[in-house]
Amino acid sequence: MTIRSILKAIVHPRTVTEELSSPSPDAAGTPGLAGSLQIRHVDAGSCNGCELEIASAFGPVYDSERFGVRLVASPRHADALLVTGPVTKNMVGPLTKSFDAMPEPRMVIALGDCAANCGVFRGGYGVEGSVDDVLPVDVRIAGCPPDPDTIIRALRGITGR
Amino acid sequence: MSGGGSLVGGVLVAGIQITAVAVGGPLLVGIMRKIRCRLEGRIGPPIHQPLLDLRKLFSKQRMRPEQSSWVFGVAPVVLVATSVLIAAMAPLATTRPPFGRTADFFAIVFVLLLGSVSLALAALDTGTPFGGMGSSRAMTIGALAEPALLVAILAMSIPAHTSNLPALVRIGLVHPQLIASPERILALVSFLVVILAESGRLPVDNPSTHLELTMIHEAMVLEYAGPDLGLVTLGESMRLALLLGLLVNLFAPWGIADRTGAAAFTIGLAALFAKVVLAGIGIATFEVFTAKLRLFRLPELLAGAFVLAVVAAVTALVVR
Repeated sequence: MTIRSILKAIVHPRTVTEELSSPSPDAAGTPGLAGSLQIRHVDAGSCNGCELEIASAFGPVYDSERFGVRLVASPRHADALLVTGPVTKNMVGPLTKSFDAMPEPRMVIALGDCAANCGVFRGGYGVEGSVDDVLPVDVRIAGCPPDPDTIIRALRGITGR
Repeated sequence: MSGGGSLVGGVLVAGIQITAVAVGGPLLVGIMRKIRCRLEGRIGPPIHQPLLDLRKLFSKQRMRPEQSSWVFGVAPVVLVATSVLIAAMAPLATTRPPFGRTADFFAIVFVLLLGSVSLALAALDTGTPFGGMGSSRAMTIGALAEPALLVAILAMSIPAHTSNLPALVRIGLVHPQLIASPERILALVSFLVVILAESGRLPVDNPSTHLELTMIHEAMVLEYAGPDLGLVTLGESMRLALLLGLLVNLFAPWGIADRTGAAAFTIGLAALFAKVVLAGIGIATFEVFTAKLRLFRLPELLAGAFVLAVVAAVTALVVR
C-alpha cells in the first residue's frame, strides 16, 4: 500500500453513498435505540446466503457502522437479535437463551425469507418453524437473500439515521 | 486556581479535569475509530457515536448473571472511580493540580491499573469459561507489562530526583533538553508499549474482535449489560485518555499551565486536547497497519519493553 493509495482512501472512501436508498419515511427510530443499535447475529439454521449479505452490509462498501449500527460479540451487549434461517430443532434452545440474555429494550429482527416462513426448508424434518414460532419478531427483512441495501434500509429505520 | 492556594480553585480544577476526561475519553475513542474507518476506505460512524452508545446503555435494563456476586457489580464502579480520582489529581491541564504533592507517579499509574484487576476478578465471578480465559490472559499481560512500567518510571525519576508527577512534568518544561535525553526516549517507547497492552489495543489485543478465542479484554466484559456495561466502557475510555494524557505531558509538556489563573488553565486544557488527539490519531494509524500478535509472542514484545526500560534506568544512572 503506497502513501498515495492511503491518501486516496481517506479522501474518497469506497463506501456507497448516492445509490443507497434512504430509510422509509415512517421510520422515526425506535424509542431508546435511536442513533445507536448493537446487534447480535444468530444463525438459527441458515444456508449462509444471508450471512454473506450481512457481511457485505457491514463491509467497507456498504458500511452500516456509519448509521450507528454495530455487530457485537455477546447478547448481553446487544439491543437487537438478528436471526437468519429457519429455526432448526437444535437451535431453539440457544436462540431463546440468547434472547433471554438481552437487557430491555430489546427487539428481534428476522432476516431473509427463511426466517419469515422457513422458505425452501419448510416441512423439513429438522425444522421447528419460523422465527415467529419461537420469538416475538419486531422487524422482518424480506428477500432470499435480501441485498445489503435492503438490510441497511431496515436498520436505518430502527436507528432513525 | 491552584491546589496549594484556594480550596475553590482546586475543586474547580479537579471538576474541569474530570469533566474533560469523562467527555473527552469517549470522544477520543470515537476519533480513533473514525481514523481507522477512513484509512480502511469506510466513512465510519460520527465521532460522538461512543457518547450515543453510552447514553443508550445507561437507559437500558440492569441485568446481572444469576450466579454472580457483589464483585461483579463493584468492578465497573472501581474502574470509573479510579479514573475519576486520577483525573482530579494528575497534572493534565496544569502542573499545579489539587493534591499535586501527593500525586506520586508510581501511585497514580498503579491506582489506574486497579481497574484491570477488578475487571479480571469480575470476569472470574461470572463463572463463564470465556471470562476465566480473559482474566488469565489479562493478568499474564499485566504481570509482564507492569515491571516494564515500574522500571520506566524509575528511569524518568532518577534525573529529576523525584517521582512526583507534577514535578516530573514541570522539569520537562524548565529543562527541555531532559526530554530528548536517552533515558526519557527509551522510557517513552517502553511506556507506549505498556499503554497499548494495558488499554487492550493492537498489536496486543484487538478492540473490535468478535472471535471469543482471540479476545483478551472483550472476553472479560462479555457478561456485562446495560448500565454496568456503560460504566465499563466509560471507565475504559477514560483510562485510555488519562494514560495518553500522562504520556503526552511527560514527553511533550508544552502548553500545560505552569502558573495559576484561568487563562493559563484554558490554554493548558486546549493544548491537552490537541496533544491527546494527535497521540490517538497516531495510535489509530499504527493499528490499521498492524496485525494482532499471536498470544504466545506477546511476552517477547513486553520483555522488549522491559529491556528498554532497564537500559533507560541504567543510562539515567550512568550518564550524569
